[in-house]
Amino acid sequence: MQERLISRAKELLADGTVSRVLGWKAGDLPYDPQPAYFEKEEDLREFVYDGFCGANLSKYMIAASRIEGRTLVFLKPCDTYSFVQLLKEHRIDRDKAYLIGVGCRGKLDIEKIKAQGIKGIVGIRGAEHGSESEDLTVATLYGEKTCRYTDCMLERCHVCKGKEHRIYDELIGESKETCDRGRFAEVAAIEAMQPEERFAFFQKELSKCIRCNACRNVCPACSCRTCVFDSTKFDSAQKANADPFEEKMFHIIRAFHVAGRCTDCGECSRVCSQGIPLHLFNRKFIKDINELYGEYQAGADLEEKGPLTSYTLEDAEPGIVAERG
Amino acid sequence: MQRIGVFVCHCGSNIAATVDVSKVAEMALKEPGVVHAEDYQYMCSEAGQAKIQEAIHEKKLTGIVVCSCSPRMHETTFRTAAKRAGLNPYMVEIANIREHCSWIHKDQEEATKKAVILMRAAVAKVNLNTPLFPGESRVTKRALVIGGGIAGIQTALDIADAGYEVDIVEKTPSIGGRMSQLDKTFPTLDCSACILTPKMVEAAAHEKITIYTYSEVEKVTGFVGDFTVDIRKKARSVDMDKCTGCGVCQEKCPSRKTPSEFNRGLNNRTAIYTPFAQAIPNVPVIDRESCIKFRTGKCGVCAKVCQAGAIDYDQKDEIITRKYGAIVVATGFDMIKLDDYDEYAYSQSKDVITSLELERIMNAAGPTKGHLERLSDGKAPKEIVFIQCVGSRCADGRGKSYCSKICCMYTAKHAMLIRDKYPDVNVTVFYIDVRTPGKNFDEFYRRAVEEYGVNYIKGQVGKVFPQPDGKLLVQGVDLLDQKQILKEADMVVLAAAIEPDSDVRKIATMLTASIDTNHFLTEAHAKLRPVESPTAGIFLSGVCQGPKDIPETVSQAGAAAVKAIGLLAKEKLMTNPCTAQSDELLCNGCSQCAQVCPYGAISYEDREINDHGIREVRRIAVVNNALCQGCGACTVTCPSGAMDLQGFSNRQILAEVDAICR
Repeated sequence: MQERLISRAKELLADGTVSRVLGWKAGDLPYDPQPAYFEKEEDLREFVYDGFCGANLSKYMIAASRIEGRTLVFLKPCDTYSFVQLLKEHRIDRDKAYLIGVGCRGKLDIEKIKAQGIKGIVGIRGAEHGSESEDLTVATLYGEKTCRYTDCMLERCHVCKGKEHRIYDELIGESKETCDRGRFAEVAAIEAMQPEERFAFFQKELSKCIRCNACRNVCPACSCRTCVFDSTKFDSAQKANADPFEEKMFHIIRAFHVAGRCTDCGECSRVCSQGIPLHLFNRKFIKDINELYGEYQAGADLEEKGPLTSYTLEDAEPGIVAERG
Repeated sequence: MQRIGVFVCHCGSNIAATVDVSKVAEMALKEPGVVHAEDYQYMCSEAGQAKIQEAIHEKKLTGIVVCSCSPRMHETTFRTAAKRAGLNPYMVEIANIREHCSWIHKDQEEATKKAVILMRAAVAKVNLNTPLFPGESRVTKRALVIGGGIAGIQTALDIADAGYEVDIVEKTPSIGGRMSQLDKTFPTLDCSACILTPKMVEAAAHEKITIYTYSEVEKVTGFVGDFTVDIRKKARSVDMDKCTGCGVCQEKCPSRKTPSEFNRGLNNRTAIYTPFAQAIPNVPVIDRESCIKFRTGKCGVCAKVCQAGAIDYDQKDEIITRKYGAIVVATGFDMIKLDDYDEYAYSQSKDVITSLELERIMNAAGPTKGHLERLSDGKAPKEIVFIQCVGSRCADGRGKSYCSKICCMYTAKHAMLIRDKYPDVNVTVFYIDVRTPGKNFDEFYRRAVEEYGVNYIKGQVGKVFPQPDGKLLVQGVDLLDQKQILKEADMVVLAAAIEPDSDVRKIATMLTASIDTNHFLTEAHAKLRPVESPTAGIFLSGVCQGPKDIPETVSQAGAAAVKAIGLLAKEKLMTNPCTAQSDELLCNGCSQCAQVCPYGAISYEDREINDHGIREVRRIAVVNNALCQGCGACTVTCPSGAMDLQGFSNRQILAEVDAICR
């Protein structure tokens, strides 16, 4: 699979269809491939596509749309939702992108592997896309360990939106349905908590935030030229915290800003170095939107109107006061 | 730094009785930028305004805060006063310490604290205010009246008589409205058609009035003085220019099973029909859902018998787009559905009818040709029971909380007419209260009781039981005699509550006119601006604003017309400078603002931007200030904060919030 992607990329570079390739390249460790541009054929030596290529490349196309020439971009099925959403928001130029939809069988979360007590990792087998194995074989300083692939998947893959690419120029590789959980079960559990319990839950989680901005920077919906938290025009610009829970405002405002546009790609939780389940905020909004305005999946369709930016007479008019006292 | 003056109004004792006004003024001096503060008995008076102007001159004020009543009352007063003293009117802010404070609180200490906070928020805002300058917009000298009942007709006639063009849009095939369904009218008992028809004819013949029947308003854009409206003229399937109104098509139409809307479903009509004999225009429509030709493709009888060749099965809906300066809503009312009132057996017995159905029965052109008879067996009733307030003044949530206002009078009318024409019929009325305020109204009701011997019982009916012999057993209570009543009746008439027409919500949304919880259109001020909507350029006529009888409707219709004429007579209007603006450096070009803009005021252009030395072409939102109404929907949708409202900027609002939370 990785080889097929590389050879196709070489072809497209050679015939001038694209000026560069946007993909993943090997990192310093066996489990941290990074998004990367490849401008020349020989650069593609470093190209990687395996179970650790969780990074959603859609957002990089905003910048790639502003440079000369076409960019070949590899997108997994769930990444294409972000791409469509960005197209709808006029943030990327379709003509500047050549889209290869790549197959996906669920992406891996290194923290899940480590959580099984596997330490000193030096190499991992079974994470390649074409691998038939249901297990990962992890070479460590302390010998070889195995674990099940599905046990090590990212949370988002357990609630996979499906193996269909919403947009592409061509497809390479088969995808696998990996959904084995209810998408809104976690949200429902939090909704069922007592207010004090819920507050304590979020206080515990969000107090871990070190405000590194990784969630915002990776988020395809957080694509403002200048974020309100960086702008000098507002009093919301970053400042030192008075207490560790103050970051809640950042996360709540961020959730509001992406409401109705978040495709639930799960990048925020994937990149959070503190392991905060940030996707819960966005998913709560999605659940509410579905319940109030009917099922809606951001980025699923280029023409469909967003429920929060369109108005119909049948729209629900929920009131916090009326419903929650 | 601003130099701000704070003026605290006593409003007589309205504010001063609950708020320590001198304390508010004293505290104001501690706020940043405040260089002058005083309190006075009536700030809105000449003397009060003079004090403000004097302070502006003497203290060289750059902004002022008036702590007084709602800005809806006196913002314009104080802005004008400031302007006369040379201050930009948009440097004036109102802290509402009356409606928002003194009127709703009792404890002086607490109320004073709150008044200080409200003052502080207004001062925080003025500190960030900048002078704003209104533009000008033109006025299209044409009015639109939505609804062709007596309210709409009267408004249209009055506007047209003043020399302005008026269009009436009526959704049914004829103008006339509810009044055309009535038999006689209180308190004079003249025939409804006899007084309405001449008005209808006058409207149709008026050279300044254009009537669009079988038409609906589909889209409204623009703003006061310059609305653009799409009117959908539904396919009538009959050529209005060719039809002579001879009526042969209706005689020959084989589809005769559609309940007549005009007769409240008490009899049937044909598929091609005019709702009633005096309909205007006297041109039938084909109800395509009932028409055999449209349903099966076979038939075409009407086309065959029409001498004029007016039948046109291929006619299509037509969209007429027109500009208007003013819009009058006169959408009227309907009776509530009685599904929730099963205890009165309305759905079980044909002899339990609503008052409007009784109007049709009593009417010579109605389903029984004016004979009072039971719809179940055609027999003449001997005992009739009227039940008042069915769904009106309702406390249990099934009906309406309000009084429908017209029922007491029309029931007295019905009772009197029945007793007059059929002296052998006993009439009993169950009521909660009899409400007869109005000229000659109480005299009218007394006549029903004293001269016509109508039996009024104070009390409500609990249940109506249809009996096997066709009679109706009415179980009620007499509150004055404190006893239960069981009464056999041949007919029961329910004074069902009235409610605004079901389309009013749709229309209010298109007009961005507000409606209340009962879906009545809200007036700009309940007492002082009763025929204007808070949305500029929208006026209210008739029951769409609240229950009212014919004389009241006609007077209100005239009042709405005068307001519309006042607007149409102007050459230019000042536009509101509090409009949105997009910061080109922050705009993402994502189009979300354009999607939420109810006025279509936002478009996009590719513009070369110099972003701190980086020159590039970006897609940027552009606001058309003539269309923008300053609603702020775009500013809350914009994720980057590029969109901001002049006079209500994000910074200003947050500064107010900060001041409140300080």
